[in-house]
Amino acid sequence: MTIQPLHETPDNPLIAGLERLPVHPTTLVIFGATGDLARRKLLPAIYNLAHEGALPERFNLIGSSRSDMSDEAFATQAAEAIRQFSRREPDETVLKELLANVRYVSGTFDQDGVYDHIKVGLDAFDEQAGQPLNRAFYLSTAPEFFPIIVGQLGAHGLTHHDGAEVRAVIEKPFGTTLAEARELNHRVLSVFDEKQVFRIDHYLGKETVQNVMAFRFANGLFEPVWNRNYIDRVEITAAEDLGIGTRAGYYDNAGALRDLVQNHMLQLLCHVAMEPPVHFEADEIRDEKVKVLRSVIKPTADTVDDIAVRAQYGPGTVGGDSVPGYLQEEGVPPDSNTETYAAIRLEIDNWRWAGVPFYLRTGKRLARKVTEIAITLKPVPHLAFQQDGSVGVRPNQLILTMQPNEGVSLSLGAKIPGSRMRIRPVNMEFLYGTSFMSQSPEAYERLILDAMRGDATLFTRNDEVEAQWEICDPIVSKWEAMPGPLPQYEAGTQGPAEADRLLEGDAHWRAI
Amino acid sequence: MPTIDTVWSARDTNPGDIDAALRAALSQIHHENTGYVPARVLNLICIVDKAYAGEVANRLRRVGRYHPSRTIVCSVEPGRTKLDAVATIAAPSEVRHGDIGLLRETVVVEVGDQHLQHLDRIVDPLVVTDLLTCVWSPHGHPEAVDSLLDLAQIVLIDSVDEPHPNDAIHRARELSKKVYVVDLAWLRSTPWRERIAATFDPEHLRPDLRTISSVTIRHHPDSAAAALLLIGWLASRLEWRTTPLMQGRSVWEGSAHARRQDVKIRLEPDPTLGVRGLAGLTLETASGRHFSLDRGPGGLRARYRHKRGTEREWTVLGASRGESGILGEGIRQALLRDPTYGPALEAAETLLP
Repeated sequence: MTIQPLHETPDNPLIAGLERLPVHPTTLVIFGATGDLARRKLLPAIYNLAHEGALPERFNLIGSSRSDMSDEAFATQAAEAIRQFSRREPDETVLKELLANVRYVSGTFDQDGVYDHIKVGLDAFDEQAGQPLNRAFYLSTAPEFFPIIVGQLGAHGLTHHDGAEVRAVIEKPFGTTLAEARELNHRVLSVFDEKQVFRIDHYLGKETVQNVMAFRFANGLFEPVWNRNYIDRVEITAAEDLGIGTRAGYYDNAGALRDLVQNHMLQLLCHVAMEPPVHFEADEIRDEKVKVLRSVIKPTADTVDDIAVRAQYGPGTVGGDSVPGYLQEEGVPPDSNTETYAAIRLEIDNWRWAGVPFYLRTGKRLARKVTEIAITLKPVPHLAFQQDGSVGVRPNQLILTMQPNEGVSLSLGAKIPGSRMRIRPVNMEFLYGTSFMSQSPEAYERLILDAMRGDATLFTRNDEVEAQWEICDPIVSKWEAMPGPLPQYEAGTQGPAEADRLLEGDAHWRAI
Repeated sequence: MPTIDTVWSARDTNPGDIDAALRAALSQIHHENTGYVPARVLNLICIVDKAYAGEVANRLRRVGRYHPSRTIVCSVEPGRTKLDAVATIAAPSEVRHGDIGLLRETVVVEVGDQHLQHLDRIVDPLVVTDLLTCVWSPHGHPEAVDSLLDLAQIVLIDSVDEPHPNDAIHRARELSKKVYVVDLAWLRSTPWRERIAATFDPEHLRPDLRTISSVTIRHHPDSAAAALLLIGWLASRLEWRTTPLMQGRSVWEGSAHARRQDVKIRLEPDPTLGVRGLAGLTLETASGRHFSLDRGPGGLRARYRHKRGTEREWTVLGASRGESGILGEGIRQALLRDPTYGPALEAAETLLP
């Protein structure tokens, strides 16, 4: 391999060969710093980045939340959260150094004083460093505060900083309807430029999802068959065996479609269906994903019943234990109309995919936890073999499993040993875990670092979010307008029988 | 993680029998529980003196998650003429239904010094075909390493193991012409290289890279090779013309030639440093910036001073990886490629007195 000499690389010549590229000195402000997400994910992720030496060489943290407490009390609380939730046992000297200068600003997010205090803190850190530090605002609050916070950041002149970058990281959900998403985009982009905005879909930070692109675009074997000529259907499943647990407050307002389909599952669909980008760069990848989303035939009020099914889990047995139905879960209204299962059939109206159905299904309290993409190829056009006395030849199926065991499996027809030519399907299986030594970093570690570095590849762009909502909004609207009760499925099973009506021809859902 | 070990052993055996025993054991373990699957990442061939085999085994046990999938330990016992072998397949003691349990294979072959010159004939049947193969010989035995160079794609070395840095750099250069070299001494310098790169990464500071006028590197008394690699890295990346350093009683000094000015170089041992590797470094620029990094609690302690009087100190966060962490990193790096090590090594060689 050749190294480019200095005169051909006007960029920093010292970064060649480094696995971790420098991240410029940054002050990170977390809104909702005492909340569940911050405690369980963000603070442990920041610690692990510090442990590995991956944070910027100058890094400061400001937490903001409604609870009233001192800087020291926040540091103590953050340390406890890190000790409890970090994926590794913290090194106490690193933890102490990380939290040594942490600041905390209390107040409600509509209060001017909060932003005045944050600005004082930011300026003090700049002063200490002797240079303007990059600023990243992480909105880890309930979604109703997103427009308030971005508005206040704009009003207090915190969206731009001379000589440094300012970025806003916005958690999901980005709106709960198309209109809300558009309104939020409008508010955000009235104070920030799109390149400053990093909309989190933590699914994109998972190695497993990034591997879909590697699988497709780094292997010449699959591209020739990756189209309507060879593929019969695509099935994307995100099934959970757990119920809603203690999340009734959130979940009953969201439902399965908003919780998983509108964001994560449509992203998986994009990864399967997108054209290869010319370069692995944020906007090129996002351009290709938006093209896919725009090619999806949009549901209408008239077609929703034909292409979408919803249901709720009823009481049942999971792993030998009796579990309550959704309506019996604590905190769920007894007349709730919220779906815990959603299945939809989509078609992508473009040259590559026209006529190939994409089935997306997700649900809670299903038979097991699995996230996978199943691509079923068309059957062979002619078969010379007798199939008597065997399962027979089945169309090849390529399964990309995201969890629990990340891998790729291909079903093939193979001869059953014996004197007759009888065929049955067998699986050729590859498990990523057998070939890579390293554990995947937590998605949030990757995403926080990318946001501080300004790399938006794994974040959702404004038009992408809206295009996702354009697909889901008609279904949400129709379902909200329809009275219950919803079809029920027994907890611990494959889901509602009603989902079968979405399938075309003699297709059947792949067993969960 | 607790494991269940399947062990096979034989005296006066041969590689074909060892391979057959491994295959049979793998097949049986998988048959008993289909959740057990062999890891297929990397073959690691370790050549160790029998007297220190336990110590090396301990080091390998502590590498954390970066295990090779098949480890072949050639334990050298002077005078031995026959091969004895123990093959162990370690399986996690618990595999939940639907989950997978990765199997790791270790083969210890007792060899004599007479086998070393043609060690490839013994080892070749034992490596998993199509996987990358890495050789690590922490107790010397260069003839054994040389015999494996057609079989292996990677050699793991630690340049600070050689008593004299000149020998270390020459040997690394010689090997790197034939295979990919992963040098633990180089990996110990990664945080230092990252921080130097980060310091000059802001666009307004990049021009200062061309004005570096002095570099002092402080190192463990036995780690001059690590300091040479670091200065070699700077020289190769910044296109300095290098000439041999002068060796004093313990300090190496000299200069390199950048486009605009000479760069003073000083490599000095720090007897207070208790671990191998680098203790600190100081960079000065012609424009009056003075930047230093030293080991400190919770990371590296950075100091910045400007001739106009500005002075700042801060901690660059990061935990020590420890020697087992470094070895684990070496095994991980065997699967990657760092294009900057070779040029750094080449530049380091030109600095040798």
